[in-house]
Amino acid sequence: MTEPLLSVQGLEKHFPVTKGLLQRQVGAVKAVDGVSFDVRKGETLGLVGESGCGKTTTGRLITRLIEPTGGKVIFEGHDITHMSQGKIRPLRRDMQMIFQDPYSSLNPRHTVGAIVGAPFKIQGVHTEQGVKKAVQDILALVGLNPEHYNRYPHEFSGGQRQRIGIARTLALKPKLIIADEPVSALDVSIQAQVVNLLEDLQNELDLTYLVIAHDLSVVRHISDRVAVMYLGKIVELADRKGLYESPMHPYTNALLSAVPIPDPKGKAGRERIRLQGDVPSPLNPPPACRFHTRCWKAQEICKTEEPPLLQLAPGHQVACHFPENAPALAEPEVAAQT
Amino acid sequence: MSEHFLDVRDLKIHFPTDDGLVRSVDGLSFKLERGRTLGIVGESGSGKSVTSLGILGLHKGGRARISGEIWLDGEELVSASPEHVRRLRGKKMSMIFQDPLSAMHPYFTVGAQIIEAYRIHNKVTKKVARKHAVDLLGRVGIPQPERRVDSYPHEFSGGMRQRAMIAMALSCDPELLIADEPTTALDVTVQAQILDLMRDLQRDFNAALIIITHDLGVVAELSDDILVMYGGKAIEYGSAEDIFERPEHPYTWGLLGSMPRLDREPTERLLPIKGSPPSLINVPAGCAFHPRCAFEGRTGGKANTEVPDLVETEGGHLVRCHLPREERRAIWATEIKPNLESA
Repeated sequence: MTEPLLSVQGLEKHFPVTKGLLQRQVGAVKAVDGVSFDVRKGETLGLVGESGCGKTTTGRLITRLIEPTGGKVIFEGHDITHMSQGKIRPLRRDMQMIFQDPYSSLNPRHTVGAIVGAPFKIQGVHTEQGVKKAVQDILALVGLNPEHYNRYPHEFSGGQRQRIGIARTLALKPKLIIADEPVSALDVSIQAQVVNLLEDLQNELDLTYLVIAHDLSVVRHISDRVAVMYLGKIVELADRKGLYESPMHPYTNALLSAVPIPDPKGKAGRERIRLQGDVPSPLNPPPACRFHTRCWKAQEICKTEEPPLLQLAPGHQVACHFPENAPALAEPEVAAQT
Repeated sequence: MSEHFLDVRDLKIHFPTDDGLVRSVDGLSFKLERGRTLGIVGESGSGKSVTSLGILGLHKGGRARISGEIWLDGEELVSASPEHVRRLRGKKMSMIFQDPLSAMHPYFTVGAQIIEAYRIHNKVTKKVARKHAVDLLGRVGIPQPERRVDSYPHEFSGGMRQRAMIAMALSCDPELLIADEPTTALDVTVQAQILDLMRDLQRDFNAALIIITHDLGVVAELSDDILVMYGGKAIEYGSAEDIFERPEHPYTWGLLGSMPRLDREPTERLLPIKGSPPSLINVPAGCAFHPRCAFEGRTGGKANTEVPDLVETEGGHLVRCHLPREERRAIWATEIKPNLESA
């Protein structure tokens, strides 16, 4: 197996909760609490979960937009967890981010040319035929008209703005792109255009993606492997086929069965797992297995002992005391996939 | 007069602005009976929310220019006085909004807001109204309703707030309930709970329900009939099965092709619609969809000159398209459907 491009080990981010005049710390929001995974070169890893599960925080920790409180982020063999801003800056060329909201992630006072050209300026990169030519090439690559170089973001539609955001991340030919909900703010027909664009760019430019999203069907479409998060922890990590066809964690099962299926004939025959209640607050997460308050399989051990993330089938990790589709029952072809 | 419970005829809602006339809804007609659910699907700017606000009379008194007819249980609402529509609103028809955090007043308790709505339409004491509010909150699945009735909206989680909104909308037993993107702001497991709740409640109340959403999955779960809107007009209307099994409009094909599905083998690529939705100030001439349509060339040049009519193809299935019926069916069967199903 090749060396992973990105390796995250026991990553933690506890936001302090303070109180009173002296800002004494009275608790912590454990937004990300011991997350470990690898992203291999050329693959797409999907990170899914409901709101508040820490998926966005994980993405921001990896790019060091916020400082982790524990754990390690290793990118191409460099431990970047506590690297100084000066040292990390050259590495940022190789690691870029696509944001969710194309309306707030582009400066309204800058032209498209300035926005997409900014990475060249910041990194001090000189291109053969000048920055303008380079920017226009990238605009053409993401399906925008290169002549729109001098226009402002408000002159574009939502889908086009997201393309501008993608053009900006591609400017310096990064190796890893972290896309945080890249399509959730877009209309259905535009979503599909952007998803296809991301796939085409991956093939053309040999990119590696970490896609953070809540939409399970979009994640299945673009990911090679998928990690499911719940309250700051990864509960299941597997390749696409393993996760969607024989999910082991009850939470993954519940998530998958909750997705509405666009088939009016099928709705009668489907049995849906109804989860009770909402996701608990990460300020005071349930002890041991964090899912036990909503889990229909929970027993005494789930309330006292935290299940470790174990590899139960090749390439299929799950953190549960009572996993479903356990390897003995799993189909052999699933087990053979790594 | 109309013998249907809700009968919308040639509804037009236009807004004059400095940049020109925005034709948000431009000649929309549909009917709905009690106990049935209509799903209205469309992308942003297709006029689906404006339609719902128009039915509730919430554009009256503003700058909107409204024409056409809306018959609700034998009464015409477009020409009715705002005062009269106001008396119907909340009692005969009510609405569930997308974002419960901004649709509720943060300063008043959830109970107070339900009680207020109930007492406007019913001459009852505060005590009776409070009892009613507690019953409703219990009905929509809020635990400990006697205690939660005195909570403020911010003390509720997103899913609970949406339940409270539904309780408020149901407080006067409305006969027409309009839900505008009722689950868009919610997580998927909570969305499933709310969809189940709405299905149960509709059966109990026997109301006519209109669900407005961009999510085809949600529509398929709840709707009997589906109306697909584009550029302020209905472009396809039919039973849920018509729309998902035998869609005939290229835009509906595009929506189906744009959507990755969990219930099928993953396809290699999505089949999106090119371009982006039109501005409602400058709706393309002829068929509003023609600049994005892959089959525009097969209409014999009519696409950009004539607006196609909404024509019945079979058993209540209506389509607004220039392509001949046989050709549409052939395209769906040979060019579109096979690509949606396998890689």
